[in-house]
Amino acid sequence: MAALTQAAVGAEAPVSRPRRRGGLVPLVLLAPALLWLVVFFVVPTISLASQSLQTGDIDNGFTLTWNFAVYAEAMARYWPQFLRSMVYAASATLGTLVLGYPLAWFIAHRSGRWKNVLLVLVVAPFFTNFLIRTLAWQIILTDNGPVTGFFRATGLTAVLQAMGLTDNDSLLGSQFAVICGLVYNFLPFMVLPLYTILERLDVRLLDAAGDLYANGWQTFWRVIWPLSLPGVVSGTLLTFIPAAGDYINSRLLGNTQTVMIGQVIDAQFLRVLDYPIAAALSFILMAAIIVLVAGYVRAAGTEELV
Amino acid sequence: MATTRATPGDLKLVQLTRNFEDFVAVAGIDLVVPGGSFFALLGPSGCGKTTTLRMVAGLEEPTSGQILLGADDITGTRAYQRKVNTVFQSYALFPHLSVLDNVGFGLRQRKMGDWRRRAMEALELVKLADRAKQRPRQLSGGMQQRVALARAIVNEPDVLLLDEPLGALDLKLRREMQIELKRIQQEVGITFIHVTHDQEEAMTMADTVAVMRAGRLEQVGAPADLYDHPATTFVANFLGQSNLLPLEGFSDPGGEFVTAHAHGIGLVVERAQLPAGMVVTTQVAAVDSAVHLGIRPEKLRILGPNDPPSANRLGGLVTDASFNGVATTYLVSMPWGQELTVTRPNDGSPRAHRGDEVTLGWDPNQAFVLAEAD
Repeated sequence: MAALTQAAVGAEAPVSRPRRRGGLVPLVLLAPALLWLVVFFVVPTISLASQSLQTGDIDNGFTLTWNFAVYAEAMARYWPQFLRSMVYAASATLGTLVLGYPLAWFIAHRSGRWKNVLLVLVVAPFFTNFLIRTLAWQIILTDNGPVTGFFRATGLTAVLQAMGLTDNDSLLGSQFAVICGLVYNFLPFMVLPLYTILERLDVRLLDAAGDLYANGWQTFWRVIWPLSLPGVVSGTLLTFIPAAGDYINSRLLGNTQTVMIGQVIDAQFLRVLDYPIAAALSFILMAAIIVLVAGYVRAAGTEELV
Repeated sequence: MATTRATPGDLKLVQLTRNFEDFVAVAGIDLVVPGGSFFALLGPSGCGKTTTLRMVAGLEEPTSGQILLGADDITGTRAYQRKVNTVFQSYALFPHLSVLDNVGFGLRQRKMGDWRRRAMEALELVKLADRAKQRPRQLSGGMQQRVALARAIVNEPDVLLLDEPLGALDLKLRREMQIELKRIQQEVGITFIHVTHDQEEAMTMADTVAVMRAGRLEQVGAPADLYDHPATTFVANFLGQSNLLPLEGFSDPGGEFVTAHAHGIGLVVERAQLPAGMVVTTQVAAVDSAVHLGIRPEKLRILGPNDPPSANRLGGLVTDASFNGVATTYLVSMPWGQELTVTRPNDGSPRAHRGDEVTLGWDPNQAFVLAEAD
């Protein structure tokens, strides 16, 4: 490329790099976003960090005492909620993947002229408020509703109970309901990146795999799945990260045994008013997610994604 | 690698048909492809040649008819169950796998323990062993094409299908690959079925060419046979250029030659050039206008004053002369308005110019008779 440019510039003109406009243009373009991030992300993060290291109470005010012990205390008190959040988020991510992958494939390759309609339908829940959508699940899973009726009639309630996902023959107020809510709410975040990547997949590769002795299942695992990994990675991240911090689904669909870390932070900040603990929990959650995501991307990245 | 293998069995297509809703893509083809031959399926786009190929590969299900490989009926088997491999038009290399893994894909699917060694051998055959670790997209189009070829032949199929494999290459590379493909075919002894719309490519490479048109086989034969004795106007025009003179009738003086009459002029044709089964009476016989005399442009000569007399003579006016280095192509207008194309090699003989009155001649064994018109 460099050689080409030189040749094009010609022999008489001295070799000159394209003129740089003072290097200011990128900065000017970046400035609004940078300013936004500094004011609304960096400053609050620092203030939150400082808050986590303060001691005191709401009546007498807080002072910065570099009280690092608060982190140990937060973990000691709330590790079950942390663990639960991670397990719920992972289950919900798996659920969206299992439901979303075939759906994305269908929309990308089998839907014909209905493609755009189906894509709009996938996004359609966003036209309604997150809270209202989740509240609607209370009605869906209500005790005398048809869904619960069906689960009871088919004995599925017993199965869920045996798996420990529900406590009795109701569906609402259980781990099952919370995970269902999370799957429902975050499904579009899984389907859209998967759709984007599957839509670009060259279907002639499937002919080639069939020609080279791969049956349908082998074609999926050896060709489709590896080629769709970038979509799987972005879909799982877009689902897992917000699901881990979610505090609506467990409050509206769960019980006291399904409390997630988001709920704890919410309560400490807004009701208990123990700001240092709340701030420390927020930081631990952030750190946990960063570590998990970094490890995950690294593991997926070793496959040298296409 | 294939020196010890036996010649694969013949591939037989029996009344093979494929309909897409109410469109008939392939309309009852009967064809035998001899084992170990280089066979070309030639036709314009949309003639059903690719559909035929995909049915043989098992990627398309026939509406009716049978496909036999050797003694086995493989009509109902799936693609991955057939000893048939394909080089796809777009190559369809797996972008996430290295060149070596691409070539080894079929072997690993069949759990071949020494897939790595075999794949490397196949890469050596296509002279790409040094690229084994690279990804397909790091290679040029011609190299990708050779990887696709290696990926197919490494499985030692009975039949190798090539779907316009050279379509995406530039002219020079295409010529090289034609020679390369022919060399590889002779080396491995697999039956090659090559689908193409390029008549020159088909004739250069194949032992046998089948010309397809609108879902049917038009004519099957060796390239030289098809070129010199086309059975239909379509084949005459698809395989190179032809000058077709409509005939009014024949007279048969007996012996080796018959006389064909076109626009009142008697033209001598060797009896062997008549289509099989054509009966010519001793009198001028009125035949319908669907009978033509065909002469290839390069078989027409421009007669000079010192040339030996020719059995056939047609006078005309040169309306165009275009020189391309190898040859000059003339358009010569006949008194009845038809323009004949004449190609003369650049061999030092005098050239004619636009506006010259010339006399064209040809040998009685160099023309063909078509008893059918479009």
